Amino acid sequence: MTRSALALVPASVAIALTLTACGGGSDAKTADGKGPITVTANDTSCELDRTQAPAGTIEFTVSNKGTKVNEFYVYAAGDRIVGEVENIAPGLSRTFHVEVAEPGTYETACKPGMVGKGIRHDFTVTGASAAPKTDDAKLRAATASYARFVGSQSDALLARTTEFVGLVKAGKVDEAKALYPVARSYWERIEPVAESFGELDPKIDGRADVVDEGMKFTGYHRLEQDLWVNGLQADSSAIADQLLADVTTIVAEAKKVEFNGLQLANGSKALLDEMATGKITGEEERYSHTDLWDFAANWEGSKGAIAALRPVLQERNPELVASYDKRAAALDALVTKHQKGDGYQLYTELTPVEVRALSDALDAVAEDVSKVAGVVAAA
Amino acid sequence: MSAPNEPAATRRSVLATGAGVAMAGAAAGLTYAGGTPRAAASQPTGPAAPPSSQKPVPFRGEHQAGIVTPAQDRMHFVALDVISKDAADLKLLLQEWTRAAERMTFGAEASPGGVVGGGPYRPPEDTGEALDLAPSNLTITIGYGPSLFDGRFGLAGRKPEALHDLPGFRGDDLDPARTGGDLCIQACADDPQVAVHAIRNLIRIGFGVISVRWSQLGFGRTSSTSTSQVTARNLFGFKDGTANIKAEDGQALDSHVWVDPSDVPGGASWMAGGSYLVARRIRMHIEVWDRTSLQEQEDIFGRDKAVGAPLSQPVDQRDEFAPLDFHAKGADGSPRIPLTSHVRLAHESQLGGIRILRRGYNFTDGTDGSGHLDAGLFFLAFVRDAHKQFVPMQQALAKSDKLNEYIEHNGSALFACPPGLGDGQDWGVQLFGA
Repeated sequence: MTRSALALVPASVAIALTLTACGGGSDAKTADGKGPITVTANDTSCELDRTQAPAGTIEFTVSNKGTKVNEFYVYAAGDRIVGEVENIAPGLSRTFHVEVAEPGTYETACKPGMVGKGIRHDFTVTGASAAPKTDDAKLRAATASYARFVGSQSDALLARTTEFVGLVKAGKVDEAKALYPVARSYWERIEPVAESFGELDPKIDGRADVVDEGMKFTGYHRLEQDLWVNGLQADSSAIADQLLADVTTIVAEAKKVEFNGLQLANGSKALLDEMATGKITGEEERYSHTDLWDFAANWEGSKGAIAALRPVLQERNPELVASYDKRAAALDALVTKHQKGDGYQLYTELTPVEVRALSDALDAVAEDVSKVAGVVAAA
Repeated sequence: MSAPNEPAATRRSVLATGAGVAMAGAAAGLTYAGGTPRAAASQPTGPAAPPSSQKPVPFRGEHQAGIVTPAQDRMHFVALDVISKDAADLKLLLQEWTRAAERMTFGAEASPGGVVGGGPYRPPEDTGEALDLAPSNLTITIGYGPSLFDGRFGLAGRKPEALHDLPGFRGDDLDPARTGGDLCIQACADDPQVAVHAIRNLIRIGFGVISVRWSQLGFGRTSSTSTSQVTARNLFGFKDGTANIKAEDGQALDSHVWVDPSDVPGGASWMAGGSYLVARRIRMHIEVWDRTSLQEQEDIFGRDKAVGAPLSQPVDQRDEFAPLDFHAKGADGSPRIPLTSHVRLAHESQLGGIRILRRGYNFTDGTDGSGHLDAGLFFLAFVRDAHKQFVPMQQALAKSDKLNEYIEHNGSALFACPPGLGDGQDWGVQLFGA
């Protein structure tokens, strides 16, 4: 992670860089003083009266003496923005504060005309880390909580798939059809975990087009095709047996996975991506049209990961949590609207207006969820 | 500077701030709270010579850019529906859009450091495909549809009287999926990627508040809006809009394009200096047209195909800008400019002095599934009052125009484009009031 790399820059390196910056810059003060740092920006130059400051809140006053609109940035490694002030009109000055918690080498930039890489100088942050103690306990609790969620879903997946396979083998088509979307719900809730087992996933969840990649069409969707379209085939029982064997293996593997916070964040987003690209289009369950079961299950899985992270997110970015809650409630309400009996309406029963409403609500919540990884990684 | 009077930072920067709280920037959130006026020079009433692609078109000014700005070569237009029920969401979005639109017009990222500055774990705030491209004369023009003022957002009292749906016209075949919309954004640029990038990023900023209703790409301009431009051709191969109102004709603009304060008394006064945008997606049956004789093509338009001169001109003296002589008769005594020709029916002399500013684009959108291109004209016109200008003109054309055999209107919308923004102003406060 960028931050630890920065934190590890030895003091000697930092000093050397500071001197370089002083030589190239203006009459930079070497004093590691407090108080605002004055930045004089021009169309072709960007001069700081001091190029180092102690970790914590750093105040800059940027004066635009040029003729172009200017911006001022503080960058960490990889051009990650630590702080910026934009839209400084010619003749004006702006004061802003930036929190730099970790000592190390940074860069400042003026951007006359708002474009390009800007006029760069090194900037050194000295002293001890001012970062609040990372609450590792909360993140550990989050990943442990999610691991329990995956564990319980995996158990149910195995139990329901066992039942489903039994019904297929007994030729009980109607009962198998009724159980099919239910068993798949457990799969869909933990899909990103399951998909991380690359070879098993297409065997269990592949669609007819896996044949194009030289694979045999097996798994849930092959049985879906049999149950809804072709009728049970001579090899349906064998396919069912193989499905159960594969699910048994993947469940055992899934329960061994150890998660980190970023994986939870990315997993919650991956589930929403699944919904947006595979479920809202009605292509996943092309024979049974039970896509809304999958849609709801993906959504529940995504919520499960966010729920585990919630204490961390609430502490670090309550605005994001508030926005997420509002948007999640809107999607919940829409999903509930399509409940029918113990399950959901078929995809083919949805009107285009209803599909668009689901898609709109999904886009909204996905924007917020896409920001979660950044919040988690900031620790 | 988009929201000088807003104590809170924009939503995006609030989120960015929160996200980086352990290490980085409270600064991003503070940046927009200060309220320093923007530096960009005010745009004069009419633009000067077309700026080069390197030099941005001013975003602020008396009127919005993208109306009398010399028509750029490419366009991406989008109509949006507001899906949030919260007026505050919409107002905040309009403020965020102002900031992003001004930045992108300048050739900058939609937000500072938007492409990579957020670090490895966040999705970039700017999608990046315009990162190394010139400003390309990008203009971003916003408009509001009648449905936005239906009471959902407390705007009913601010609805301009002239902002109500267009009537149906004879021959219309409107597709609901290409008609209407709560608001619209027109992005024009000389580089198509720049225009698409602008629309894409504005949509992205709006997720959760707006949803795309329809979208139209235009690959080539069909109008000239400045005397500095040559007249472009439509997909029928004819010069289009020779007699268009031009940016240099200030008096005609005031009479026919800009909404006068007296047009919008009371709650709708925010619209003074704005203009109504009429959008019509006109499918052209180009395959049928291409089988039509030159004589018939010219008679339908009322102009010659080579230079665009009126058919009233003698063949050896053809000049595109010669006045139209509707009384000129041919050897057989029939009018040289036929009674049902497009140019006659649409001419101000036949319509009590009505004129419009046209700013349309040619399009092809794949096929119609019957072995033809789905091609045509995305007609855009800016007028002071669509119901007094576009409607009577289109009624006359729909009734008699010979061109109707080769076209059909399958999308339609009307939007109120507010006036330009002064320094420190934003679209949110402009629409909702302070």
